[in-house]
Order: sequence, then structure tokens, then C-alpha cells
Amino acid sequence: MSELSVPHLLGIKYINEADIQLIFETADHFKEIINRPIKKVPSLRDITIANLFFENSTRTRLSFELAEKRLSADVVNFSAAQSSVKKGETLIDTVNNILSMKVDMVVMRHPNPGAGVFLSKNVKASIVNAGDGAHEHPTQALLDSYSIRERLGDVAGKNVVIVGDILHSRVALSNIFALKLQGANVKVCGPKTLIPKYITSLGVEVETNLQKAIEWCDVANMLRIQNERLDISYFPSTREYVQQYGLTKPMLDRLDKEIVIMHPGPINRGVEITSDVADSEQAIILDQVENGVAVRMAVIYLLASKIK
Amino acid sequence: MSQKVLLSSKEINVILHRLACQLIENHLDFSDTVLVGIQPRGVFLADRLAKMLSEFYGIDNIKVGNLDITFFRDDFRRSDKPLEANSTKINFLVDDKNVVFIDDVLYTGRSIRSALTAIQSFGRPKAIELLTLIDRRFSRHLPIQPTYRGRQVDAINKEKVIVHWEEQNGEDTVYLVNR
Repeated sequence: MSELSVPHLLGIKYINEADIQLIFETADHFKEIINRPIKKVPSLRDITIANLFFENSTRTRLSFELAEKRLSADVVNFSAAQSSVKKGETLIDTVNNILSMKVDMVVMRHPNPGAGVFLSKNVKASIVNAGDGAHEHPTQALLDSYSIRERLGDVAGKNVVIVGDILHSRVALSNIFALKLQGANVKVCGPKTLIPKYITSLGVEVETNLQKAIEWCDVANMLRIQNERLDISYFPSTREYVQQYGLTKPMLDRLDKEIVIMHPGPINRGVEITSDVADSEQAIILDQVENGVAVRMAVIYLLASKIK
Repeated sequence: MSQKVLLSSKEINVILHRLACQLIENHLDFSDTVLVGIQPRGVFLADRLAKMLSEFYGIDNIKVGNLDITFFRDDFRRSDKPLEANSTKINFLVDDKNVVFIDDVLYTGRSIRSALTAIQSFGRPKAIELLTLIDRRFSRHLPIQPTYRGRQVDAINKEKVIVHWEEQNGEDTVYLVNR
């Protein structure tokens, strides 16, 4: 196995375990490369990639752009705020216009779930989903698993709890798919209002008590409360959320083991996680960001090798 | 598919000793020299030479690295098979060092071209030399020649030279395979 089974990366749902392992092995090589004095390889010099961001992003967009540039691809950036989308152009038209300028690959973030899948059926280019609404964010899940693998040696058999707004989180969904594929045990933890009703059908357990959840887990992935997606009030107040689901140093000190703390960013310090936890040795938040570039390089490299 | 033996284990051993001596002739104590095996198959030869230099010729502390050229190749997306990467292990800077590239077979010269680009990531070497066990004559696509060669071979394009190493295949033998 040295090729991905899919021509696009639309979600973890559409790939298999062998794909994940291939991406990780390739990312190992790129991680070595990005730690060299000269961090660039010429592999993709004949490839042009468009980054289409119909929704705000700093980390993911920078990470993708760096990954593309370190592979020597030509990069064009597009954000919906300054575009003809505002003038009423459809998604397919926008993308086809960009593709007629000879673009080989599209990295897209879009507020609507399924936008990537829709696009992959209608345009001729390799699509990488950089987040579609509350649906999937596959590269984030891959880099999360990659970081767990790096810290703990393996993902299989590990207990991972995902804490926070599971209902609106694409990171949570992609992570659940990725972790289950690799044989990890997954629990989700959060206010009942923010946990989807049928989440257990994905093979995860629900835990509403944070202390119990962290006693069980090896890894805690703390998610941000996505205020921009909360159309109605899901919990009484931020203060109450912090009291019940904010991870604090004393909680970690009560454990007889050291768990790994992850966060996909951006962090709301003092809400889902306190500053001393976020900056502690146990937190691998900045490793996640570093690994993000290597993992995205691997994804782009492997997809580009399928463009003929 | 037929194959014949080009070099036996005994012949390979004699050639390796000669190559080791030629390296010493040019580099003396190797204080400013590093050996770089080209992945995947040059690393066995590089390790073997380093071991030989230390065991038989008393030259220790030779710096040996492995260089992977996958991401620097010019046939990405041109070959039918996906390119598989190997690890690069160069834990020294090559700035102002004499670098000796080591590979088992020199054929079109394209791997070495990629290696020349790849090594730039680790600094600006003083000089780069090339050592190959087998040099396939008349098959070069690029103006690249070895500094040290084990054996020169005339093989036609449909033939393939395959080097087996004891570490990987359980025997030291060079085969000429007719496909």
C-alpha cells in the first residue's frame, strides 16, 4: 500500500485505516524535512493549489499554505469576504472559474456541511476538505491522531475523551471516525444539550461528568465553545459551563496518572481550559500545530501523486 | 526472465577493499569527509564501507548519513508507480565538508541529480564525489560520472542490474537480470 484509496480528502468517513497509516508514515518524512535548515522540497513544483476559504480561519489556512509552499506548489488564496460570492455567484461557478486558470487542487473551507462532497462531484480537481460546517475537518483529526501517536507511541487501545461542544464540532466528528478506525476507545463529554442524540451509534460513550471522564482517559481533547454557531442558548451561562466543563490544574493534580491534553485551537483561556493547563508540559497544543504542517504536506503530496 | 551472476561475494569483497583504499588515498583520516548513502540501496554499501574502514584500516569516527531523494525526484507523477519515501538520517552539517555520495548502481544519473539538489538542504559542501559499485556505461541521461567505480558494466536497456546485500537479502551478489 503506497497510494491513497481516494482521489479527494473529503472526510475521514471516506478513507480507511491503511490510508491513515500511509499519511502518517509520509508525514514522518515531512516532519524531518520541516526541521531542516532548508525546509523545502521541489516535489510539487508543477502543481497549482487554490485555497478557498468561505469561512474565517487563521491556523488551518496558514498551515495549509505553508505545507503547500514547502512542497514548492504554486498557491493562490481566496477568501469569500473579498470575492464575487458576495455578488451572487454559485459555488460551482466560482470554483470552475478558478479551475479554468489551470488549478490542480482545491483546499476548501465552507460553512455548509457537504460542500466538499458536492464540489468533488461537479468539478475536475482534487478536493481537500479544510472544514465543512459542522460536518468534518479531516486534516485536524489526522494531525490529532498523529500527535497522540507521537506522544504515546500508538493510537490503538488508548482512551480518548472529547470534551465540549460535540453538536457543532466538525473536529469532534472527524476525530471520532479517525480514532475508531485506529482502534481507540472514545468517550464524549459535555452538557447534554451539546451532545447529539444518536452519537452512541458511532460507537462512542457519553459521559457528562468531566472528572470521571479524565479519570478514565489517556488523552483529553478539549474543544472550544463555538459561540458563532450557537443559535440558541445551550447552557445557562459561560460561567456555569466553566464550572462544569472547564479543565483546571487541580483536577489534573487529583489524578494518579498524567494525561495528554490537546486542543484544536483557538483556545478560549479560562473557559474550556485554564492558562496553567494550556501551558503545562502535559499539553501538546503547539506540537499539534507543528504536526499539522507535516500531516497536510503528506495529504497534499499523496493526493497530488494521483493527479495525472 | 533469465539472470546471471555478475559479481560473487568474493569479488564484491575484493572490490570493496579497493574502494576503501581509494577513499583513504583521497581523504586520509576522513576528518573533513562524510559518507552519504543514497536511499534506499546505497545505505548498505555506505555502512559496509564505513565498517570496513574502521575494522581493517583503523579509521574510526567516520560520519555516515542516509539521504532520501524521493521528494527531489523529477519523475513525480510521471512514473506509474507511486514513489515511496525512505528516511533521511544526516545528523551533521555538510558545510565545507567533502561529501561522498554512495550508491549501488549508477544508471541514468537522475538519482544522483536529485541527490545533488537534496544535499543542499544540509549546507554547502566543499566538494561532492560519487562512489558506485556498478557503473552501467552508455546509459546516462545526464553528464554525471562516478569518482570511484567498483565495476563497469555494459548492459542493454531491458536488462537490469540487481545488487543483493547480506544485510537485506542474505547474500552479497550482483545479478544481471534479463526481463
